[in-house]
Amino acid sequence: MIEFHLDLRSGVPPYQQVVQQVRRALRLGLLEAGDQLPTVKEVVAALAINPNTVLKAYKELEHLGLAAARPGIGTFVTKSLADESLAAHGPLRQDLKRWLTKARDAGLDEESIEDLFRDVFRSSSREEVA
Amino acid sequence: MTAALEATGLGKRYGRTWALSDCDLSIPTGKVVGLVGPNGAGKTTLLHLAVGLLRPTCGALMVLGGAPGSTPGQLARVGFVAQDTPTYVGMSVRDHLRFGAWMNPAWDGAAAEQRVARLGLDPRQRVGNLSGGQRAQLALTLAVAKRPELLVLDEPVANLDPLARREFLQGLMEVVAEDGASVILSSHLVADLERVCDYLVVLVGSRVQIAGEIDNLLSTHLRLTGPRHDRHAVPSGQSVVSESHTERQSTFIVRTSQPILDPKWSVEKIGLEDLVLAYMAHTPALGPRPRLELRQ
Repeated sequence: MIEFHLDLRSGVPPYQQVVQQVRRALRLGLLEAGDQLPTVKEVVAALAINPNTVLKAYKELEHLGLAAARPGIGTFVTKSLADESLAAHGPLRQDLKRWLTKARDAGLDEESIEDLFRDVFRSSSREEVA
Repeated sequence: MTAALEATGLGKRYGRTWALSDCDLSIPTGKVVGLVGPNGAGKTTLLHLAVGLLRPTCGALMVLGGAPGSTPGQLARVGFVAQDTPTYVGMSVRDHLRFGAWMNPAWDGAAAEQRVARLGLDPRQRVGNLSGGQRAQLALTLAVAKRPELLVLDEPVANLDPLARREFLQGLMEVVAEDGASVILSSHLVADLERVCDYLVVLVGSRVQIAGEIDNLLSTHLRLTGPRHDRHAVPSGQSVVSESHTERQSTFIVRTSQPILDPKWSVEKIGLEDLVLAYMAHTPALGPRPRLELRQ
């Protein structure tokens, strides 16, 4: 069982924070197929958040094919994320390190690097959407 | 589907002062609605109209499909916790529950006693000796024990310390999870509302500035920052909610449904607090700030 927490300053909607935390737990292997997610009432009582937020997050997880509701019992994990992309992490990390070295060599400071990354990240994800 | 609250052209006037005007709202059931606005904006007036403590001066208001406070049946469907969560200091906790049972035809006495036990309240204790948080919890227990379809709360956590506030909201959300009741709750603390609400109504100067699903509001409001421009430079199809300028830079908060691709603007999402503040600042010159604050 995992515990959720909320960061209201992050600007990420609460239901997405719940989704992200489940996905993170799945990637890290903290949750596996068959595990039960906390019940809506448990999450609500722990975090003082709207039950609809939890329901919305769990629906989203169902939509993503990561969880399934069993009526009257609860919501269960149906799929693990741990194995899928883990293998790709190493080489990608190497690429990114090389890129960072290049950026620093070119004279960019930490902030400029972050700005540049965020800018490119945002515009490329926009292109994918469009 | 019947709306939890449906207002058309709703207005309430005291003497020459309009406490609420031109109010159009259609709030679906099953929502937890946050009603925000500065003191004197008309929040209490709207809530008192919804529970039938006030009659509209003009316009129409339906709550759960019925006229507020019109029949005993309608009264039973709506629970109300007034400002400062009032209780009787001279009466014991048990007396409050008895009083509630006597006043309400559909009273869930077992649930009320359970809730009191879970809160660790001694039924024999005089309410005057309880803490503010405990009194608030008792007031919530009384409102919930009548099993309302709609729960209306006026600034329920304003005078509570952070822990009591969190506990109160946990209790309230548990009720929503169990009973699926709709909730309308006023506050001027956006941080509290952000946790518990999924629908927001911003009321400023007796008028509704904006109302809608919070996720939807957050995804359609953006902050644009760029070189100094007036509001006509903002890409078309977007309405400016607030603007501020320095010599070189302009910042706009806009409402839009399309992404903004113009590279001269740096575009950011905004949080609920900034959104509410933008609408509070948005009110065009309405003369002096409204002074009317209803306190019973």
